[in-house]
Amino acid sequence: MNVNHFHALLPLLVLATGIVVLMLQIAWKRNIGLSAALAALTLALAALSCRFAVEVAPLQVTPLLQADRFALLFCTLFCLAGAATALLSRDYIVMRGDQPGEFFLLLLLATMGACVLAYAVHLASLLLGLELLSVSLYTLIAYPNKTVLPLEAAAKYLVLSGAASATALFGFALLYAATGTLEFATLGQKLGVTDTPQSMLLPAAAMIFTGLAFKLSLVPFHLWTADVYDGAPAPVTGFLASVAKGAVFVVLLRLFLDADLFRYRILVEVTGLLAILSMLGGNLLALLQTNIKRMLAYSSIAHLGYLMIIFMVCITSADKALAVEAAIYYLIAYTATTVAAFGLLTLISADQAERENIQLQQVSGLFWRQPLPACLMLVALLSLAGIPLTAGFIAKFYLVNAAVSGHNWVLLAALVVGSSIAIYYYLRVIYYMTRRPEEHPVVQETISGWRGRILSGVLIGSILLLGVAPQSLMHYLRAILH
Amino acid sequence: MSMALLILILLVGGLLAWRSEKAQANLPRWVALATVVISLAFLLATLPQEHTGNWLQHMKLDWMPRFGIAFELAMDGVSLLLLVLTLLLGLVAIASSWSEIDFKPGLFHANLLWTLAGVCGVFLAVDLFLFFLFWEVMLIPMYLLIAIWGHENKTYAAMKFFIFTQASGLLMLLAIVVLAWQGMAINGQLSFSYSDLLGLELDPRLGWWTMLGFFLAFTVKLPAFPFHTWLPDAHTQAPTAGSVLLAGILLKTGAYGLLRFCIPLFPQASMEFAPVAMALGVAGVLYGAVLAFAQSDFKRLVAYSSVSHMGFVLLGLYAWNQLALQGAVMQMVAHGVSTAALFMLAGALQHRLHTRDMGRMGGLWHQAPRMGACAMFFAVASLGLPGLGNFVAEILVLLGLFAVQPAFTAVAALGLITAAVYSLRMLQQAFQGVPDKQRSMPDFDAREMLAMGAMMAALLWLGLYPQPVLDLARPVLEGLQTLVPPGDTVAAQAGGAAIVLGAGL
Repeated sequence: MNVNHFHALLPLLVLATGIVVLMLQIAWKRNIGLSAALAALTLALAALSCRFAVEVAPLQVTPLLQADRFALLFCTLFCLAGAATALLSRDYIVMRGDQPGEFFLLLLLATMGACVLAYAVHLASLLLGLELLSVSLYTLIAYPNKTVLPLEAAAKYLVLSGAASATALFGFALLYAATGTLEFATLGQKLGVTDTPQSMLLPAAAMIFTGLAFKLSLVPFHLWTADVYDGAPAPVTGFLASVAKGAVFVVLLRLFLDADLFRYRILVEVTGLLAILSMLGGNLLALLQTNIKRMLAYSSIAHLGYLMIIFMVCITSADKALAVEAAIYYLIAYTATTVAAFGLLTLISADQAERENIQLQQVSGLFWRQPLPACLMLVALLSLAGIPLTAGFIAKFYLVNAAVSGHNWVLLAALVVGSSIAIYYYLRVIYYMTRRPEEHPVVQETISGWRGRILSGVLIGSILLLGVAPQSLMHYLRAILH
Repeated sequence: MSMALLILILLVGGLLAWRSEKAQANLPRWVALATVVISLAFLLATLPQEHTGNWLQHMKLDWMPRFGIAFELAMDGVSLLLLVLTLLLGLVAIASSWSEIDFKPGLFHANLLWTLAGVCGVFLAVDLFLFFLFWEVMLIPMYLLIAIWGHENKTYAAMKFFIFTQASGLLMLLAIVVLAWQGMAINGQLSFSYSDLLGLELDPRLGWWTMLGFFLAFTVKLPAFPFHTWLPDAHTQAPTAGSVLLAGILLKTGAYGLLRFCIPLFPQASMEFAPVAMALGVAGVLYGAVLAFAQSDFKRLVAYSSVSHMGFVLLGLYAWNQLALQGAVMQMVAHGVSTAALFMLAGALQHRLHTRDMGRMGGLWHQAPRMGACAMFFAVASLGLPGLGNFVAEILVLLGLFAVQPAFTAVAALGLITAAVYSLRMLQQAFQGVPDKQRSMPDFDAREMLAMGAMMAALLWLGLYPQPVLDLARPVLEGLQTLVPPGDTVAAQAGGAAIVLGAGL
């Protein structure tokens, strides 16, 4: 290890330092405002430090981590999403937790886990990152200790997610037994050699894929999603839906790319099948919900389904880089949008002291009561629905281009059908928000301090910017991949 | 640049109208009025005298070079005509809602202006990506207009409108991307520019499916039978200004899309498909008329009459000869004006009587003679009285169609008779008969008469001296015709289709 290696790991080091400082601060004197500020500052600094770490990229730091521009881009994204979550949680968690300081500590740990996943090029670091992320999330979900629902959600997530991790771990072991390596790249070389015992590969692949598909909540591994999303505190749900899923997707993509798993057509076809099931299943189930959080949970299943298209595209299209580029753009757009959507739910539910329950009724007439948060939700929903001028549209446009270049007509048909269904339930929320005052007798005031205002402005701005002027990001993504 | 500025003026005007509500509740109306007048003056003042290539005006800015997408706008005679129509009907829409809207007038007028901006973008964009963007974006303000300021059943109507257009729009997006990648395979460069995608030698099967994607999106918007079911709901539930915009200009975007994109981009597939499209047109003409006759709701009647009249546009476009095409363009303009006037009238009646049910009207002529006279004028315009614009349009379509499809022409001509039946029935039920003595209602005031008078003058002008409009459209239509030679299989196939249709009816 030399200076350059530390330089390349700068975001992780900043996060780790921040975690220690925050822990000391909590031990010394509890102050929720200070903890939140420290957490947000650490995450912002970590995001900023990616800018400097790029100077030495690409660089392999130990066999475990690879600091390249791909990893650093996602580190930035996860840290920014984490910072937004920290700002949103400040008012929310005070109402619900007895000792809210450690909430931010856990948030930093979870973000660090996501960043490790972005760096991971080794099954060991994959597991480390995944567990750091998941274990922090169990606690984060259970944090509000005044009601029973978060506890139920956390218990559910703990048991099922633990089982998924164990399954994946067993898969890693089988893979190691068959090939004798855990590094993605070496794995790719070993798999190419014919004398690897093929009998162990199939169960290994099935187990690893099941474990990761569970974390991505693809249909049919989605059964936990709605309950956990519903029970978890709103800012954590946003984090879970955006960062946790994004990080797992990133590492899965890197595993496929580095180990060249695209050579197993059957495996890729399974991803295609899950993509179709998720697109249709997620959207159809979302249609039935009147609870906005549950609706967004199912819609996130559908969005991961759209994303999974690109694995299939990678083997059918001549332009594999386009497929990866589309996936990265989609993840960025999806993260910004999801944080925005759950941000609104956090703002609304901040004063629902008891059971957090956001029905469509709660946003009725929001436009006339709280224009700024309502605009945030409007932009987020339009972006999720893929309407032009928003990030979600460019992302979907990218995916369609990639899929057309690979002639994946069946996947495209599922995408069109799924998106058409989705319009209805996104639009329904918009409809409720625009109901006139006399039509909704239950008026419930929401609080929205300056933090909420600034954050709403920034999120609206970034979603629109990604939708209107995406060319510099497109340019950057192309530079990364070529 | 002036085209981009035109759109910008409307967008900024919308923003100003929204904010101006805080200062004074009546201000947004004036801001909106001023914005449309300024943009109309701006459009006419910046018209160039000479053509640049095929276009009157053309501009291109790089936007997303990664996909070969540019911010490319262009204007020719047909788009100019439709732009002027759009802005004039924008004025009518503002006038018609002057005293109708009490709830958040600022946001209302902002949405109105943003819809106009989106429609102007649709008529100007010649990059397919940009076209799609405007196509989708204009829906959102329109959706809000219906969902917030609509009548009793607005939720259902607004949702249906949005889902129909959005779902068909997704198919168009898919078709656009497929076309662009096909262009990449042929030209070696990814581009969404209209000029780059014209005249591609497409694989017939792929061309057929891609054409269908465009066709569906445009015929849903037009709307053609059997995709018209969103229209009566949306038109009926929308506030008056919304109905005026929907019927007057949003439907025309569908026709424009067929004329500009669907047929020229896929000449072969379109000509093979023409008999089916024309059969849909004939079916629309008659089916719309029959349903219009069955309505007791004033607005629904006018809405179904739109389905019938837009059937003529579809017929004219797919007949694809000079006469029929000119008729189709003429119909877009004339129908835009006459239907906008009828919707304004319907809105005025509803505002005064709080009902749209014609059974509860009757004898209105005695109480409001000016309204009666206006209704009379626009009813006979819509049924195609010679001397008014709609007659010129429909007769041109029928003349052009006769050369290609005599059988279809015979059936479609029945539409002129059925139009007379439902228009006169509407007039009879609402305006003639014994008036209800208890009811008192104010007649049209000066503002409303001004709008009505302007539209009457426009229809008279279109009916008596249509040559300037035809001259403006002719070079464009000729240019398009050179791109697409009429198919020789058309006549043979069409005969069969006509017999089937005749048997069905």
